[in-house]
Amino acid sequence: MNRTLIPLVIFLVIVGFLWKGLSLNPREVPSVLIEKKAPEIVLPDLYNSMKQVRSADLKGEVWLLNVWGTWCPECWREHGFLMELAKRHGVKILGIDWRDDADDAKQMLANQGDPFIAVGFDPDSAAIMDWGVYGAPETFLIDKEGVIRWKHAGGLNAQLWNDELRPLMIELGWKP
Amino acid sequence: MRLIVFVLALVLVLPAQASKIETYEFTEADQEEIYKKLIEELRCLVCQNQNLADSNAELAQDMRRKTYELVTAGKNEKEVADYMVQRYGDFVLYKPPMQTNTLLLWAGPFIIFLVGMIVLVRFIRRKPAAADATLSNEDRARAEQMLSDTGEEE
Repeated sequence: MNRTLIPLVIFLVIVGFLWKGLSLNPREVPSVLIEKKAPEIVLPDLYNSMKQVRSADLKGEVWLLNVWGTWCPECWREHGFLMELAKRHGVKILGIDWRDDADDAKQMLANQGDPFIAVGFDPDSAAIMDWGVYGAPETFLIDKEGVIRWKHAGGLNAQLWNDELRPLMIELGWKP
Repeated sequence: MRLIVFVLALVLVLPAQASKIETYEFTEADQEEIYKKLIEELRCLVCQNQNLADSNAELAQDMRRKTYELVTAGKNEKEVADYMVQRYGDFVLYKPPMQTNTLLLWAGPFIIFLVGMIVLVRFIRRKPAAADATLSNEDRARAEQMLSDTGEEE
């Protein structure tokens, strides 16, 4: 091989790595919980702190867990789509209101609509850490056996629903 | 002299004030050691280039509190690290574990060092060979001619 080509080859290899690096999203931390048993959720109900919200009640269902808070702008943006999922498609969504003020949260759901079958109130990140949540909104898909099958960090939208979530849910035996 | 003492005192006090907001009380000194070591080594997922000790993101605060809870409950360093890895993945460790998908990461510097050494050795070896080249008779004659020429001109 021509010796003068060596620096060019090294240069191209470096460009290759950097180019790949540009297209990676450092925020997208791969979840280790996919295909793992979903951690049990036992949280006080947002509307009635004497009652408890339990993920065990959803056994045998294909359901979504949505982590949100009124402090999170993307959650407001996502909210309309969650309403559509719940009301038009009949998707069961369990909400966790994270690090929030209960009154603010109730106010938001009263004004914007409540897409959740139940909302667990988690002001001190009691449940959040078990799910490896590091931001809001985050959404998990849990199958009938209680195994986490899919996770998305960031807001849900129609494209994600059509391309990824809906086909996967149908595959898992969810009836639209 | 007074001024120097004052400035020194100020410099010594400043880092103490800049440290973390929350303080945790430990009854056992070795638990405090484990806690301090862990928050240096665990990585915040929100401010990804900071460890838990440096970050004041709310998530880092939560993770510090969880670390404190686990450590005071008698968990050792590895158990707490495992707890975090089970939830947040290897990403949460600043020092990634040695396994197949991190092999290149660990071996990379040594491979690059080795390649560098080979190139360097070969480069050094070649140099004297080039300098060793003996002059042909014609070159020697020309050189002597040139040297004697300059001598005459002066």
